[in-house]
Amino acid sequence: MVKEIERVGIPVVHICTVVPISLTVGANRIVPAIAIPHPLGNPAKTMAEEKQLRREIVLKSLKALETEVHGQTVFDK
Amino acid sequence: MIKVVHYINQFYGGIGGEEKADIKPEIREGVVGPGMALKAALGKDAEIVATVICGDSYFNENIETATAEILDMIKTYSPDLFIAGPAFNAGRYGVACGSICKAVKENLNIPVLTAMYIENPGADMFKKDMFIVSTANAATGMRQAIPAVAKLAIKLANKEAIGSPAEEGYIPQGIRKNLFRTERGSKRAVNMLVAKLRGEAFETEYPMPDFDRVAPNQPVQDMSKAKIALVTSGGIVPKGNPDRIESSSASKYGKYDIEGVMDLTEATYETAHGGYDPVYANIDSDRVLPVDVLRDMEKEGLIGKLHRYFYTTTGNGTSVANSKKFASTFAQELLADGVQAVILTST
Repeated sequence: MVKEIERVGIPVVHICTVVPISLTVGANRIVPAIAIPHPLGNPAKTMAEEKQLRREIVLKSLKALETEVHGQTVFDK
Repeated sequence: MIKVVHYINQFYGGIGGEEKADIKPEIREGVVGPGMALKAALGKDAEIVATVICGDSYFNENIETATAEILDMIKTYSPDLFIAGPAFNAGRYGVACGSICKAVKENLNIPVLTAMYIENPGADMFKKDMFIVSTANAATGMRQAIPAVAKLAIKLANKEAIGSPAEEGYIPQGIRKNLFRTERGSKRAVNMLVAKLRGEAFETEYPMPDFDRVAPNQPVQDMSKAKIALVTSGGIVPKGNPDRIESSSASKYGKYDIEGVMDLTEATYETAHGGYDPVYANIDSDRVLPVDVLRDMEKEGLIGKLHRYFYTTTGNGTSVANSKKFASTFAQELLADGVQAVILTST
């Protein structure tokens, strides 16, 4: 799906846990997530901590969308 | 006697379904689950001495440590051959089978073999590193897969010559071999051309590699004015799954209005996805589709607007053809609606 969205000219960031799969599929902007059943959450934390964690991942994704890339790029910093 | 170690996931190991996908690897003596049929198919010259079982999520969330742990377990049995799977179209299982086979081959220097469906992401990732027997997309293909795996496994263990992918039933590795033909190249080429002009079937001798890559688009210039849309393969749907999106092998996607929705709650949203433990997403779907934090960012002016609709499907076992069809349809809508960037989440 990432490729079809990119193909029409819309930049897309893929948030996913298994980065090697995203690379195989062909996503260009990739942000690693936390875990398969809760990519943007961590039930071990409090709701407030969890939301902060989610916010950080989404901020990283927005940063990725604002960054010029020339090939597949994993934003893991 | 050829000593074999076999690898399977928590499901085939009889430990449990998605709720057990986070279990750490363990090794048991002898055969477990599909190892039983494999043992019979391998015959009397080979013996499955041990079976490694690992949770699919544990493996994929900890690829490096899990591979090292499993490698140590396998070593203690000093096998002559390692077989993983078959994984059919289970993506995480396929990635696990491929990763471990590669590690075993490189570290223990023994033949390895796995089996999966051609669209399993593990197939593309590892087909050049090892033989992957091509299977059906679901476990209903077990009866065909096991004899094919056993036959190739015995050949590999005995260091016999391995024939072409079509002859042996493995996924092509992109290797070319020189051979002699009775007719010279120019004649074969003209024959192919004539067949093509007549609209007849012909088989190319040099299939072009399939590089389906899309170049990255230009970045968003001003995020504070941008309209951002959410898309997910994690199956988040309004509670009750009104369009009945299938829990696997989806034939459709959903488009849902989130105008005025500030937070996805247990009462209003859930996941339809059957390929991961749904407990966490059902309690709080923001864990998969981050609507709550994007609403905050919209208020704070970090983004211009969260697009009114999100698009969703279940990504497990869903064919590449269907995924392409869904996304090429809704991408046009996103474009027409003036969406400037997409956040796509996967589980």
